[in-house]
Amino acid sequence: MSIFKKLFTAVRGAATEAGEAIVDSQALRIMDQEIHDAENELKKSKEGLTTVMAQKMATERQVKEKTAAIDEHEGYAVKALDKGDEGLAVEIAEKIAEFSNELEPLKTLLEGQIQSVNNLKQIIKQTEKRLQSTKREVALIKSTQSVQKAQDAIAATHSGSTSAMSSAMDSMQRIKARQQEKSDKMNAALALENEGGDGDLKAKMAAAGITGSGASGNSILEKLKARQAGAA
Amino acid sequence: MSTNSMTLPDLASALNGLETEEGLSFSAEVIDGEVPTLQVTVSDREEFPIYITIDDSQILVVSYLWKESEIKSGAREDLLDALLTLNIPMPLSAFSKLGDQYVIFGALACQSDLKDVIHEVDVLSDNTLEALESLSDYLQ
Repeated sequence: MSIFKKLFTAVRGAATEAGEAIVDSQALRIMDQEIHDAENELKKSKEGLTTVMAQKMATERQVKEKTAAIDEHEGYAVKALDKGDEGLAVEIAEKIAEFSNELEPLKTLLEGQIQSVNNLKQIIKQTEKRLQSTKREVALIKSTQSVQKAQDAIAATHSGSTSAMSSAMDSMQRIKARQQEKSDKMNAALALENEGGDGDLKAKMAAAGITGSGASGNSILEKLKARQAGAA
Repeated sequence: MSTNSMTLPDLASALNGLETEEGLSFSAEVIDGEVPTLQVTVSDREEFPIYITIDDSQILVVSYLWKESEIKSGAREDLLDALLTLNIPMPLSAFSKLGDQYVIFGALACQSDLKDVIHEVDVLSDNTLEALESLSDYLQ
């Protein structure tokens, strides 16, 4: 597909010359005109086809009528001969000749009309094909152009951003470092919270008398006394 | 223009301040020009902004990856092979090149609704980091 190749070349070239149109607007206008012309041609051809087909049907009917008349009169002629009426038979034969002479040009006309119908159908098919491919080309060019404009716009926006200054890997490393820092901070905060929670709980338990409230002279003396009493 | 086609300002106001389930938040700004561009910044991933344009045929969502010069010498062919191979398995996004700039992008129909575009932005941001992570061997 030549248009695809053309677009490809244009897109590659445009990488260095951003903003340059892929196909100049003149070419696009010509293609639009081609589409318009082809559509008109198609409409005319279709109208022509309808007319010729109607004419062909009329001729076919006439051919059929004449052929039937000839067959019919041939029958009459045979009957006249059977009756020995030579004079009538000749008269009928002359009528048949008249019909035959009328039939011949009708047949020629019909052949011509059949040919015309076929030709017109062929033309319509080709025009439709051409129209389709031109429309496809125009759509492709237009969408490539608008994509390219979008790309140029994005490139312009991006070149103004800070990320344009550093490599992708550096940026990635920065993101990772930030993520690490964030998760370190979160872990530290969590650990601190846990410690805080623990201390709190111990204090509460001691206050409730569930755990020992620490050693004192009195408590140690009590223990020693108890041991002594046990030994005695 | 059909009544249900999206505009960049619509998209900007939908994205601005939006927070995803993973806790990412977006900020969006329309950059005016011949073709207006929406620049979307993702929290904690400011280095990889996402650009959105809308035209008659599609909504383009693009993120920039690396430049030709950032590829390790001798690794280009393998990298290109990897990019082509990843193109289909990678959900919703594909790789492409604009001049010497490698990009990752997604394209949506103009009739897509906001939800689809937001999803696209979300996935593209993830894919950008995933791609860089998994292709870092080829880059310097």
